[in-house]
Amino acid sequence: MRMLDIKLFRDLRRLWAQALAIALVIAGAVATLVMSVGSYRSLDETRRAYYERYQFADVFALVRRAPMSLVSQIAEIPGVAAVDARIAKLALLDIPGFREPATGRFVSLPEHGTPHLNQLYVRAGRLPEPGSVAEVAISESFANAHGFVPGARFSAILNGRKRELTVVGITLSPEFVYAIGPGDIMPDDRRFGIVWMPEKALAGAFDLDGAFSSVAVKLLRNASEREVILRLDALLDRYGGQAAYGRKDQTSHAFLDHELDMLNNMSRTLPPIFLVVAAFLVNLTLDRLVALDREQVGLFKALGYGNLAIASHYLKFVLALVVIGIAIGSLAGTWLGSLITSLFGDYFRFPFLIFSKSPDVYLMAAVASLTAGTLGAARALRGVVALAPAVAMQPPAPPQFRHLLPLGVRVDRLLSQPAIMMLRGIAHHPFRAGFTVLGMALATAILIVSLFTRDTMEQLIDVTYFMADRQDATVSFTEKRPRDVLFQVARLPGVITAEPYREVPVRIRHRNVERRIMISGRPPDADLSRIIDEKLRPVVLPESGLAISAMLAQILGVQVGDDVEVDLLDGQRRTVTLPIAALVEDYFGIRGMMNADALSRLMREAPVINSVHLALDESRLDSLYDTVKELPSVSGLALQRVSLANFRASLAVLVTTMASIYTGLAAIIAFGVVYNTARISLSERARELASLRVLGFTRAEVLRILFLELALLTLVAQLPGWVMGYGLAWVMRTNLAGELMRVRLVVENSTYVLASAVVVAAAVVSALVVRRRVHQLDLVAVLKTRD
Amino acid sequence: MPQADTRAGGRMDTGVFTARDLTKVYRTGEVEVRALRGLTFEITAGEVVVLLGPSGSGKSTLLNIMGGLDQATSGRLFFKDLDLTTLDDRGLTAYRRRHVGFVFQFYNLVPSLTAYENVALVTEISENPMRPDEALALVGLEARMDHFPAQLSGGEQQRVAIARAIAKRPEVLLCDEPTGALDSKTGIRVIEALLGVNAQLGTTTLIITHNAGIQEVADRVFFFADGRISQEIRNEMRRAAAELTW
Repeated sequence: MRMLDIKLFRDLRRLWAQALAIALVIAGAVATLVMSVGSYRSLDETRRAYYERYQFADVFALVRRAPMSLVSQIAEIPGVAAVDARIAKLALLDIPGFREPATGRFVSLPEHGTPHLNQLYVRAGRLPEPGSVAEVAISESFANAHGFVPGARFSAILNGRKRELTVVGITLSPEFVYAIGPGDIMPDDRRFGIVWMPEKALAGAFDLDGAFSSVAVKLLRNASEREVILRLDALLDRYGGQAAYGRKDQTSHAFLDHELDMLNNMSRTLPPIFLVVAAFLVNLTLDRLVALDREQVGLFKALGYGNLAIASHYLKFVLALVVIGIAIGSLAGTWLGSLITSLFGDYFRFPFLIFSKSPDVYLMAAVASLTAGTLGAARALRGVVALAPAVAMQPPAPPQFRHLLPLGVRVDRLLSQPAIMMLRGIAHHPFRAGFTVLGMALATAILIVSLFTRDTMEQLIDVTYFMADRQDATVSFTEKRPRDVLFQVARLPGVITAEPYREVPVRIRHRNVERRIMISGRPPDADLSRIIDEKLRPVVLPESGLAISAMLAQILGVQVGDDVEVDLLDGQRRTVTLPIAALVEDYFGIRGMMNADALSRLMREAPVINSVHLALDESRLDSLYDTVKELPSVSGLALQRVSLANFRASLAVLVTTMASIYTGLAAIIAFGVVYNTARISLSERARELASLRVLGFTRAEVLRILFLELALLTLVAQLPGWVMGYGLAWVMRTNLAGELMRVRLVVENSTYVLASAVVVAAAVVSALVVRRRVHQLDLVAVLKTRD
Repeated sequence: MPQADTRAGGRMDTGVFTARDLTKVYRTGEVEVRALRGLTFEITAGEVVVLLGPSGSGKSTLLNIMGGLDQATSGRLFFKDLDLTTLDDRGLTAYRRRHVGFVFQFYNLVPSLTAYENVALVTEISENPMRPDEALALVGLEARMDHFPAQLSGGEQQRVAIARAIAKRPEVLLCDEPTGALDSKTGIRVIEALLGVNAQLGTTTLIITHNAGIQEVADRVFFFADGRISQEIRNEMRRAAAELTW
């Protein structure tokens, strides 16, 4: 067996370029799997550990003003493990050197010790001294956005009174991994931050001595969240409590969950596609590669080697390639995985990162690749080993070709002999040609599925920012205000148009499916923030009835005309039945919309508003900012322009980074496929082509014959590649669609073109590499040797 | 040492090939193989020359150099006025294309093309070819021209190869073991075809063979040994192929 092993080693060296190309296809798929599963698991593990170590609460509720004495009653609710009552209020901030009004979510710290729940990780400095009135700790993202270090100062309008505050600590909290300000759909670290302040100081400012306005509850292991929420709501109701909610509806957790879900779905969708494609290609390539060694197999047999010895020799060759591929893929995947983990870890601002070791992932990737390689080799070996040695050593009998057209029709009048050679070759090996086309089509398809996220992001931006929410800014109030306040807002400097909005938290239900959403009441003639239906047309809200996100309709299983049950979680807290009047195309969150007057009637209240959308005169922004900063009732001013920039800078970057990595891996696979196709095609036809050279064909003419076939197969592969790419993109989009964010399936023409261009470029590069081989064809050998 | 034609320094007007002190040395690693050791000869138009000799004696090396498939290490080789020893790959390709027809031991037909199309493969790139069916008629295969190689016997395949080689009306036909893979009866038909072409077109024909019987159809026979022409015989009477036995 030793000699065979030496042959194996030399064969690998001789065929290094091809071996590497096959190994890279495997590596691409393995890297995809290891990277995506590894990074998802690391981030998920990190989040779990973060939540656990820092006691992230399970249930949350806001209340207008509840006495501290209520805490013990909450603690007695069956299933409650711990309760943390605190003061939580929004307030406008005035930051030196920062023109726009920013918003702070002020959260109280207990006078003694640290909070039981949602504990803080102190990144720098310390927590405020108990009893201090000006010391605060701030969230790290906010601090970084403004370059705040301990000792920095800014002021806040707390309950109408401006206070100078000093930063003493920079902290992280599991409760605010994602911190999103009022009216925003994306985090804006410059304009929104969390500010922790000693309880006494905050109670004094908001007149909440001996009272709390927010409560967080940790549940016992087997407690029923729903039961606890019901009881908590009952306790808080008479103190102006808003409906309590679980982690699922807690903004930070929900966003984080969604992001991780997206990563998880990517890791469940793309790697299997890549693995299947790679397995298929490796199978195809090895089959043809082993078949080329037919004569040597005959020789080994003639020398007395058994079928098993011969089979295991070729199997070893295949396994060597696969193992190299797995090794490269595992290393690259591990590296890319830790890169992505760090990227997301930074984005989420986890205080620490746990890099999950996942031996099962490597094992899974190895088993899948080995199986693919072995099956590919087995298919070829079965044919070769079955031959008698004398037959195997002979060149294969000239294959039987067929006339493409009935006899008598001279195709040579229409086509050159090289073209006929190519066409008959394809007709003679329809499966081989078919598989080659399929391989290249799959290469195009995985490129499309990696690239299309870019298109969907642009479409999402287009619909969200330029068709639906076209306002320049949104002013939010700390509490609901009479609708008359609209006229004051309209008189603010620089305001061109003002549209009022009223938001009511509700639970919406159909049969046994229930979600907690906001219903916004909007003026019937709203022009700034419009409702876009599924056909991307603006819709006018009907007098009555509810418009809901198409995604919500899907979750609830309702269509236009169906009735849903709605628990109003504000005011009189009635339960009403509303008809679904329209479905809305939106991509962030799930929500409901109603005519503002209809909503007022439903709430049985005089018209009130929570926020106002504005169209602004950009030249007067500064004076608007200055005026808003002095308004005690305003909790925030969200700027659409900034929101879009943030979206592009944060989420879009993450998504496109992931997409770029996948695209790179897909490109490697595509190149591997095309290169191997060209290279093997050359090996199979080396003798024929050398004969043509002897007959007087120039190098260019011989190359044309070889490349004509490659070019034809590459071109033919593109259309099915596009169709499969669209199909895979559909699968991916469906898997990624969530309640917090989803996309519409959009694949731009430029994406098809780009994917095809990469495959065509791979074909061109392969052709250039193969060209060198054609120059080295041994013309003399062909006279004497057979195959 | 006997030489084919010892008139050094000049070329006859009727000379198709003129070789002077032609050598070929192969170097593989540290081993040096002297395949040709200073050949000088002349071959005139229309001659049939058979090259005989043991394996490794230099016949094929010479044929390859004469066919423009390989380069000599030193010495000169003229095809008419063309100095083959000075041509680059492009020049050699053009030389093969215009002047040389090859016939190989293993036919080297393109399996995906019919007999007719295999011939047309060459006529398409030639300047003044005969029609493919004409060439096939010359080797007696006009009835089989729509058959693929797989549908033809070995002898028929070799005759297609000959038709392909002569279709461009080459001045020289170089045949390396044309009967090597055939039984005697079929081999004789192939030799008949070659001689027929030589008679009708006047193509200078060189045939390498291990089969000593074939020497009787040649005008001249070169015996090769150790990179040299060890003996040269001129047949005053060429025998017809049909009279051959082996």
